[in-house]
Amino acid sequence: MSMNTQGRPTAPGTADAPVHTTFTGNKALNMEEPLIFEIGRTDICGVDLDEPEKVELRLGGHERLSSLELPALSEPETMRHYVRMSRNNYAIDSGLYPLGSCTMKHNPRLNEKMARVPGFADIHPLQPVSTVPGAFELIAELADWLMKLTGTTAVAMSPKAGAHGEQCGMMAIKKAIMEKGEDRSIVLVPESAHGTNPATAALLGFKVVSIPARDNGTVDPAAVIEKIRENDGKVAALMLTNPNTCGLFEPDIIAIADAIHEAGAYFYCDGANFNAIVGKAKPGDLGVDAMHINLHKTFSTPHGGGGPGSGPVVLSDRLAAYAPLPFIRQGDGELEVVETTSQLDEGEKPFGRMTAFHGQMGMFVRALSYMLSHGSDGLKQASEDAVLNANYVRVGLQDLMTLPYGEHPCMHEVLFDDSFLKDTGVTTLDFAKAMIDEGYHPMTMYFPLVVHGAMLIEPTESESRASLDLFVATLRDLVMSAQQGDTQRFEGAPYLAPRRRLDETQAARKPILKWTPPSPTDVEPKAAAE
Amino acid sequence: MSTYFSEDHEWLKVDGDVATIGITNYAQAQLGDVVFVELPENGKTLSKGDEAAVVESVKAASEVYVPVDGEVVEGNEALVEEPAKVNEDPENSAWFFKLKLSDKSQLDGLMDEAAYKAYVDTL
Repeated sequence: MSMNTQGRPTAPGTADAPVHTTFTGNKALNMEEPLIFEIGRTDICGVDLDEPEKVELRLGGHERLSSLELPALSEPETMRHYVRMSRNNYAIDSGLYPLGSCTMKHNPRLNEKMARVPGFADIHPLQPVSTVPGAFELIAELADWLMKLTGTTAVAMSPKAGAHGEQCGMMAIKKAIMEKGEDRSIVLVPESAHGTNPATAALLGFKVVSIPARDNGTVDPAAVIEKIRENDGKVAALMLTNPNTCGLFEPDIIAIADAIHEAGAYFYCDGANFNAIVGKAKPGDLGVDAMHINLHKTFSTPHGGGGPGSGPVVLSDRLAAYAPLPFIRQGDGELEVVETTSQLDEGEKPFGRMTAFHGQMGMFVRALSYMLSHGSDGLKQASEDAVLNANYVRVGLQDLMTLPYGEHPCMHEVLFDDSFLKDTGVTTLDFAKAMIDEGYHPMTMYFPLVVHGAMLIEPTESESRASLDLFVATLRDLVMSAQQGDTQRFEGAPYLAPRRRLDETQAARKPILKWTPPSPTDVEPKAAAE
Repeated sequence: MSTYFSEDHEWLKVDGDVATIGITNYAQAQLGDVVFVELPENGKTLSKGDEAAVVESVKAASEVYVPVDGEVVEGNEALVEEPAKVNEDPENSAWFFKLKLSDKSQLDGLMDEAAYKAYVDTL
């Protein structure tokens, strides 16, 4: 046997960990990371490149003479900076991400593998069309899935995200109205809509008329009809989110669609919450004329910092002719890429072009991978599981937290209000900040605006029962703390995050949007940064 | 000078045919820390119910409506520079704009201070 002759201790020490500050400000693996501008010097280059020879300037005297002032870092410095920064991020890959209305679901690694296949990853948008038939076939295949899942006849693939898709759909509606020679200037938007809906309508020059929510959180067809009558012949469209932002399916959606169509207007549906109904209901069957689909929500492509969004827009028969350029058409036995108006067939009247190219190719590959690997039955089950998970959270919390619209089943997300915090001295914001200490990204707060102190939780289908149980138990513990008067747990939260609660008011009133180098007279660089 | 209140939480102090308009103390408390104010242009003609100004807090963006018809004669530029004034002195120095009234009879539809207080108590 070998002896421990070095005198190395073999058992952990028993002393309590001292509370102390460190020289570096780091707490072991929790590193204090300066801004990249504070690390890199602007007077050197981090990479050893030869001076280019014989450069002929062709900028007509517009060449930059001063330094760009960009920080220069070596590769290891750059790697460390971003790796350290990434460790301060909360991500779907590190924990449950219950942001309602965002569908922060798992991004399957198979999607990533497919997106990195060189035939997809390395193509350039300007290479000859004849060299990329596979890419166009993939776009056409994805378009076909989207149309089948939504029960529609056309799809514009190019919009880059949800709000861009809304703009695309509403521009198709505007074009349809212009083609008919009508003058319709009003868009109806329910109170529970996503904020981007009225913003899109306003951006396109429409006047927004709001429709109040019923006591049960849904839209009353009678209220829609009333607004149509009040604005006789002027209503261009209704923009509705279904399931709505209260996590409820609009039960009267067909009556609402009929009323809108009878008035000669169009029905735009915000498809951000499509994850609740994929494979269960087709928006086309519900009377929807245009709907964007967030591939980065419903079809599992990366979201937020992880990748660009993608917001294809499906169009009904009534709007199909107005889909923007470019698009792919099924010709005789082969696909035809329509790039310009000279290639249009009779009856095709695109409203214009929104983007230079066909859309977010990398996201198309990921979304189709998700669809093909799940199959239509798998997509349907994902929706069922998303709804089941939201209801599991609802039932786990409804005796302690308060449901504004009663203890009814919800769709893919569950909405609580803050009446359970009344008289505790704890606000929705405090509650959310305390969740950070528990290692959770907070749910969506203060949205939708139709309830007081909203907390909107969307667990998605990705979470296991064990994960949901821990989440529910954590929230129950927080609620009981608040109700038992432990306000300290909340009022200063987060205590354990790399930064404590930020001053939102000062950040909004006096935003510092640009880093400025500390002046040479500042001996203490840290003081200058603050 | 008489003071009137609207259900949308605007106050109006009327002197002759000019109303000074702002948001109530209740409104600023509900909004929280105000971080941005946008005023209407001078000379703009507004009808009852139109959006006149925008006020944003950390929590929410809201519109200030005109409860009566009129023409904007002056905006309180100090608020644009220092939106915090709306929280500090909402019913006095933090007025938003002055409106030249085109129909003073519309004031009859508004509340007085006691009625507004009773209205807020029901919310």
